[in-house]
Amino acid sequence: MLAKRIIPCLDVKDGTTVKGVNFVNFRNAGDPVELGKRYSEEGADELVFLDITASHEGRKTFADMVKRVAANLDIPFTVGGGINELADVERLLDAGADKVSVNSAAIRRPALIDEIASNFGSQVCVAAIDAKFDGQDWICYLNGGRIPTGRKLFEWAREAQERGAGEILFTSMDHDGVKEGYANEALATLADTLRIPIIASGGAGKAEHFRDAFIKGKADAALAASVFHFGEIKISELKNYLKRYNIAVR
Amino acid sequence: MKIACIKYNAGNIYSVVHALRRLGVEPVVSDKAEDILSADKVIFPGVGEASTTMNYLRAGNLDKLIVSLKQPVLGICLGMQLMCSYSEEGGHTGCLGIFDVPVKLFRPGQGEKIPHMGWNGIYDLKSPLFNNIFENDYVYFVHSYYVPLCGNTIATCDYTGPFSAALNKDNFFATQFHPEKSGPVGRNILKAFLDL
Repeated sequence: MLAKRIIPCLDVKDGTTVKGVNFVNFRNAGDPVELGKRYSEEGADELVFLDITASHEGRKTFADMVKRVAANLDIPFTVGGGINELADVERLLDAGADKVSVNSAAIRRPALIDEIASNFGSQVCVAAIDAKFDGQDWICYLNGGRIPTGRKLFEWAREAQERGAGEILFTSMDHDGVKEGYANEALATLADTLRIPIIASGGAGKAEHFRDAFIKGKADAALAASVFHFGEIKISELKNYLKRYNIAVR
Repeated sequence: MKIACIKYNAGNIYSVVHALRRLGVEPVVSDKAEDILSADKVIFPGVGEASTTMNYLRAGNLDKLIVSLKQPVLGICLGMQLMCSYSEEGGHTGCLGIFDVPVKLFRPGQGEKIPHMGWNGIYDLKSPLFNNIFENDYVYFVHSYYVPLCGNTIATCDYTGPFSAALNKDNFFATQFHPEKSGPVGRNILKAFLDL
């Protein structure tokens, strides 16, 4: 049976792993290479490595750091941040990344998703979406949650799928950093209406939040950062907890 | 021991290189016939699209070279699919024909997603490749197309139904999953291939 995935996210700024509360204030959570290696050994199913300031400051993700992380890992590994064109994707895959996630650049120029899918296969392309609920609709945001767009979450997620995205990584900005659980209703809508895997992001604080994301949110994978970085939740203990609720985990 | 990784226009070649380095082997990454023919073992990795990749292989005569190899060869993911007769990916893409079985698109049932992405258990293990692992151990898959069960199947996985998780015919081995990304289980499978 296909296992639900637990994915620590390494948000990186200036070569250091960071995790902001609602994307604004950062606390240092260590070296991404050391963290990646530790998570791999602890039983993480996958890693996401996001250069969270790349698109805002116009920087490129440093392929050298990706190489160092990849050399120490034996689990799959997604890289995002600052990916604007195919050449960026090729460079990151060459550096050892298994998948790339595109966010702002894909909203600005959706054909980027088609280009990645047709050149490298859909499975390489993760469409990352940051969205915030305005009381009526989930609105997509650009550049790490700084700029609102006119795009609505469910429409954009569907378009990303039709263009060839292999997965949707949905971060609820309302839930991110708050540690009171994932946006399970929105997740379930995504899961029910799309045919590609959904990764839940934003809001993990306790083991039960992961359980709810998988059962209520119907997510295929759950991503978190600070609860893992600061040792609040151990991945092995989390998996034992999920097994007790008959959730298939590795 | 000399290990050659066939270089072509696909991602993840360096993931395989890193995995081999962790096992203490420094592979040669090359598309040159002399490097590949002189290797003790050959790895044919890949993440990519079937028709684009077959065109690339044909343009460099790598298609004929791979089929002619006599040493142990391990195809991974797209590498395995390209060793089959043809693939539904890209319409009807003729492949290398080492395994006489087609590659088909998953047709998912209720609640099942495409691609089949993530960790899944493999069973009915029938090869020295799996000497160091257990039935139902989890390995990492990422694919939208699959190889049905056939006479060459040496490991089975279930997604929308049973399919070939690994194949073997003579000196040719192949895994649909990524041993280089499958944690300690994958490491043990790669080690078993190096020990063949």
